[in-house]
Amino acid sequence: MTQLQAVSYDEIKHLVSNRAMEGETMLLNMGPQHPSTHGVLRLLLELDGEIVISCIPDVGFLHTGIEKNMEAKTYQKAEVMTDRLDYLNTVGNNLVYSLAVEKLVGLDVPARAQSLRVILAELQRIASHLVWLGTSALDVAAMSTFLYCFREREMVMDILELVSGQRMMTTYIRPGGVWRDVPVEFEAAVRNFLKVMPGRIDEYEALLTKNPLFIDRTVGIGKISGEDALAWGLTGASLRGSGVAHDYRKFAPYSGYEQYDFAIPTQTGGDVYSRYQVRIQEMREALKIIEQALNKLPMGPVRSNNYKFVPPPRSEIGTSMEALIHHFKLWTEGFSPEKGSVYTAIESPRGELGIYLESDGSPKPYRVHVRTPSFDNLQVLPVLAKGSFVADLVAIIGSVDIVLGDVDR
Amino acid sequence: MNESKFISQLKEQFGGETVTFAGDTAIVVSRLQIVAVAEMLRKLGFERLSALTAVDYFPQEEPRFHLVYEFTSVSQQATLEVRVPVPAINPTVATLETVFPNANWRERELFDMFGIVSEGHSDLRRIMMPQDWQGHPLRKDYPLGYEEPQYTFNYEEIQLRKPAGKRMP
Repeated sequence: MTQLQAVSYDEIKHLVSNRAMEGETMLLNMGPQHPSTHGVLRLLLELDGEIVISCIPDVGFLHTGIEKNMEAKTYQKAEVMTDRLDYLNTVGNNLVYSLAVEKLVGLDVPARAQSLRVILAELQRIASHLVWLGTSALDVAAMSTFLYCFREREMVMDILELVSGQRMMTTYIRPGGVWRDVPVEFEAAVRNFLKVMPGRIDEYEALLTKNPLFIDRTVGIGKISGEDALAWGLTGASLRGSGVAHDYRKFAPYSGYEQYDFAIPTQTGGDVYSRYQVRIQEMREALKIIEQALNKLPMGPVRSNNYKFVPPPRSEIGTSMEALIHHFKLWTEGFSPEKGSVYTAIESPRGELGIYLESDGSPKPYRVHVRTPSFDNLQVLPVLAKGSFVADLVAIIGSVDIVLGDVDR
Repeated sequence: MNESKFISQLKEQFGGETVTFAGDTAIVVSRLQIVAVAEMLRKLGFERLSALTAVDYFPQEEPRFHLVYEFTSVSQQATLEVRVPVPAINPTVATLETVFPNANWRERELFDMFGIVSEGHSDLRRIMMPQDWQGHPLRKDYPLGYEEPQYTFNYEEIQLRKPAGKRMP
């Protein structure tokens, strides 16, 4: 039989105060299986009564070695691993990986594919924010919001299933374009979503924005200044909630974001409530972008016709010798980019999502590193949580919007 | 992006060669200079250390690793890549924690995954793998997933790396 061993605090001695070692303050374990930690996150808390003196996050429970696995696959096959990183933003993960590969080999993407990428990435952003809104409102005991948010998220999931056959792990965006053109029902489904959604966002706001209980639990909690937020590497809504208007869609536009008219919502409070307001506004801005992209969705091909890197369509394989050769070469050997490395980043719902891709001239990436926004957003938790109540800590974890698959990779 | 003026400023101060690929330029500096480089970049308006990772060129010894730092300036609208070669024997580099506080976890990850030690780091523990793990998974001489066959010539070497028998009495 396995015997339980006494826990030694030697390893974390330098992270807690001396009072904890003398038993004056309490060390309390929170998680990894706690509903309010939004995944398998373990926090070691040093508590004085109900006040958090220090908070030590312990991550890695969901570490699956995705970077190492990607280095063992060809460029096309490695893409399916990216879906599994941040499982609430699968389209965005595919997008950043495709952009990195396209930059590495110098591949052009047709205009229709660019617009489809934008529409799907923004739909995914709304879906991700809906999960965040539902769960973090649930953390501060607003049960009904959770049910409404998941109702609307289902509409986005249905659209993703319509275009790719999959609800979550779509792998729809591929290097050189997208997998295939969208079905005819796509436009009507997105238009219906655009019609329904603004009213639904108003409903969430009616439930929360002026709700005195919600305001009590969120205003002034987990404050961070804009300067600190930048230095700590916070990105996304957590940074914009502190008054820094930084958004990769404006900072270094990709996929044609420069042609759409949208704003970067910011708030100056730097607290949980500000981050809530920023995300609600972001959903409205995302709807604007989808509408503009859908209105001027160009016709044309959805995949690059550079068959050195993009598999030719099935219809050509039967009639063209070259297409058959390219197909065979691409799926047995893969393509070999030149030696070199690129770093590409996009704005995921959580912040700057970057991929560092290095090629050694072989068909497999030599090194893949994913700069995940949740990793840095979680790192700042001890700073935000210091001096707050345990109950507020739950609201703070919700407000930085972490996905543990994104943190641990 | 307007990183070229920063590259030339860094070159003037620290020397070092530049690598250009796909329109992006990176500067290679020695590991003794990295803290000074980071401090200078901070003064030039680079507020954020976006990413920090390493690349292992395994059979190669000198340098075996390249550290890759990605700096971002929100105010100057620029991104900059700095590469630092690190040798196989005694792979250490000075910590950037004092300049960019979020280097803390990123350097822990480097230590965990590559065994590159950040000197002067306040809390250098493993971050992803269990504390009693042997080896550094993202190194190129670390096997992927499967167990390395144990032959007579490498029996002892592999036996040392096995974590089994440690926790079960």
